[in-house]
Amino acid sequence: MDSTSETTETTDTTFREDQARDEQVPVLARTGRWRNPGLWLTLLTIFLIGLWPVITDSAATREVIFTMLLSVVLASSLNIILGYTGYVSFGHVVFFGLGGYVGLYLMIVHNASLWLAMIAGGLAAALLAFLLGKAILRLRGGYFALATIGVNEAMRAFINNFEPFGGPIGLSLNFQTYSDYGGATSALWLTFYLLVALTLITIFMSYVVKTSKFGLGLMAIREDEDAAEIMGVTTPNAKTWAYVLSAILPGIVGVLFFFKNGNIEPPDAFRLHFSIEFIVMVMLGGQGTVLGPVLGAIGYQRLRGFLLTNALFKNIQLSVAGALLLVIILFIPAGAVGWLRQRFTRLRRFLP
Amino acid sequence: MTVLLQVEGVSKRFGGLQALADVTFDLPEGQILGLIGPNGAGKTTLFNCINGVYEPNQGRITFRGEDITGRKTYDVAHMGLARTHQIVRPLNELTVRENVMVGACFGRESHGLGTAHQIAEEVLAFVGLGDRIDQLAENLNVAQKKRLEMARSLAAQPYLLLLDEVLAGLNPSEIAQMVETVRAIRDTGVTIIMIEHVMHAVMNVSDRMIVLDYGRQIAEGTPEEVANNEQVIEAYLGDPKLAQRLMEED
Amino acid sequence: MDILSFLVDGLLIGFVYGIAAMGLTLIWGVMNVINLAHGPIIALGMFGVYLLFENLGLNPYLNLVLVAAAGLVLGMLIYVIAIHRVIDAPHLSTLLATFAVNMIIIGLGTAAFSTSPRNVDFSLGTITLGPVNILGTRLVAALAALLVTGALYLFLYRTTPGKYIRAVANNRMAAELMGIPSARVLALSFGLGTMLAAIAGGLVATFFPFTILSGGTYELKSFVIGVLGGLGNPLGALVGGLLLGTLEGVIPFFMETTWVPVIEFVLFVVILLVRPTGLFGGE
Repeated sequence: MDSTSETTETTDTTFREDQARDEQVPVLARTGRWRNPGLWLTLLTIFLIGLWPVITDSAATREVIFTMLLSVVLASSLNIILGYTGYVSFGHVVFFGLGGYVGLYLMIVHNASLWLAMIAGGLAAALLAFLLGKAILRLRGGYFALATIGVNEAMRAFINNFEPFGGPIGLSLNFQTYSDYGGATSALWLTFYLLVALTLITIFMSYVVKTSKFGLGLMAIREDEDAAEIMGVTTPNAKTWAYVLSAILPGIVGVLFFFKNGNIEPPDAFRLHFSIEFIVMVMLGGQGTVLGPVLGAIGYQRLRGFLLTNALFKNIQLSVAGALLLVIILFIPAGAVGWLRQRFTRLRRFLP
Repeated sequence: MTVLLQVEGVSKRFGGLQALADVTFDLPEGQILGLIGPNGAGKTTLFNCINGVYEPNQGRITFRGEDITGRKTYDVAHMGLARTHQIVRPLNELTVRENVMVGACFGRESHGLGTAHQIAEEVLAFVGLGDRIDQLAENLNVAQKKRLEMARSLAAQPYLLLLDEVLAGLNPSEIAQMVETVRAIRDTGVTIIMIEHVMHAVMNVSDRMIVLDYGRQIAEGTPEEVANNEQVIEAYLGDPKLAQRLMEED
Repeated sequence: MDILSFLVDGLLIGFVYGIAAMGLTLIWGVMNVINLAHGPIIALGMFGVYLLFENLGLNPYLNLVLVAAAGLVLGMLIYVIAIHRVIDAPHLSTLLATFAVNMIIIGLGTAAFSTSPRNVDFSLGTITLGPVNILGTRLVAALAALLVTGALYLFLYRTTPGKYIRAVANNRMAAELMGIPSARVLALSFGLGTMLAAIAGGLVATFFPFTILSGGTYELKSFVIGVLGGLGNPLGALVGGLLLGTLEGVIPFFMETTWVPVIEFVLFVVILLVRPTGLFGGE
């Protein structure tokens, strides 16, 4: 197999450099799928972050961490359809909102427990994703993105008119409900613990998907959907499942959030702005990686917190975030983790 | 000899353009069929009809006894049909290994990742890309990307392999290598249809040939028959003596 | 007002919707970019007319010309700074780049103008034509919209830059091979798109009170119209705008106004699914 070397000697020497520079540790390393240090380090870090408010017994810290972990869940789940499959969803928040509505509805009107509400919220979101997926995942690129915006807006407008869900006034949880969970303070801590657990589950699921055959199919779709089909990836099913998987956890945490919030209204539940923020988090951290959305969510929330409390930037917090996004898009499209993986190939195993 | 593929009266039009008109042939198992013709003759369109990218307007395509006319590309892939493309389509951000594993996981046999890993190593060694196995597909040069496409297709363990101009852009020694590889593939039991413009190569390696011109089949037969066919010479080859020279080469 | 007046009112407002949608659809058609900064630029158009009117006392329709020019320049700047680098990258990049610009404008705008509503206090009275009452501002706006559409078509079909734009829209690579400076053409096209957005905003300012966030509603309407009329088809955008405006005028007679957005968006998604090239075919 050496006949190429005579005519392409220069290629051979640069090839060795190429190899050194580009050698990838296979994402799907068979010897140690469950031994990836990056995964366990990430899970441990999240666990420790979740432990921090408990140790300091600080309600204020707990709230900050709650928001942060919520973002991690939403960004990581979005990454499944966006980063792995390559389908840009601008309407991710619709699963969060719908889950919240279904969960709260069951708790208020049918006296359901929080547990049942969470499961129902997740299922409702999954069902919506399944039905939607069948319809709009046929669209490509910008058309799909527009459709997801349309769906979110349609949902919001619809629920605004939907009396059983309270119309424009929304639903309010009877304060007495908290006593079922040991009182308001107890309930707040409970939702926090649950969120920590769900965050760990989300990250784990993200890793499992990425290192599975299913995930390989998704990434093939992302790279070249038609070629993937020709190679035998049953794309309609794969995409729909990716969409469903991306919807479940937002649905569940939606219930948690609005339970904690005490009430839910259409503009809060379906805020298009949140969807965009989740995209920023995924891009910032590195789309298509497990760690990227986690770092992106944490980083973005920290930045937002900083900007909001800083007198100079308070008013233009949105502009700063926008400028940041623009810089990333123009110069570091692979995001932080993506860039690190490209730059420090030896560290790839730590940056799943 | 069992007939692996039957193409009967396949026609395809795009608006006012008749890309294929009544193409008919049988392909026995284990054969290498050369598909030649001028640019725009409909060769790639025929491939697209066979593997499900297009649905023919008329006609029927039968693969291993089953009617696959108009079936989805992924269904056809599961039945054991794989193809390469004229303009290569690597999965850029995935490694060479991962590219081939996609072929193995979603091809004729639905392999798990572990088996796919092994198949990828074997197939890549076979096509000579073993030393690039963990590089990103986008970093390969065109010749290597072509071999990657072949590896991807082979990893699917197909019964029938459609090769679309695998020799394009290769230098003479690369061509010789590739021809050997194609023969070796056939020797493992894979039936092959090859679209080619590199005449001496395809005429030497094919058992039979079909010539298309403006969507119509203008000749069919052994390479010698086709090379001496007047219509083919007029439409495509241009020089009657060329046939002889081509057969003498190599 | 009776239903006929509502219908006509909606139709006339629809002309302005059409202009807004034209801005979006022009950019989409020429360079395959969905401009998510469309809304804020419409809002800037509103503020432009307002500020010039309040501070310089200029007739809103006259200072619309200045606003249009500013819209053109702003668009070209946005293209050069934010978009050109990623014009050939996957869709997500341009979507996010334009969205980033959206965030920047909204952030700065909120800081500068706060969210209190503004109003251009300019009335042209009401005209009565038979059974129908028409607001003067609506009529003038519709006429302005027609003028702008006519001018746009003249520009695209009778001038050389216009021809370049159509060439680049058709096949950018081929246009470049023929020596057309595609980067400049793209910048100009983007600028034209934002100019139309600014004009639409300026006209809307003569209708209703607004804030820096008002652009969002019109951006969403522009998406709906663009898809209805066919993304990339300016005339389709105008017709789509008229359709939507009329629908909006008439629906309140048959159901709660709050249902209007539901209908709009369901229609939007349905059309994307059934005929993504729009009712009149796009691109």
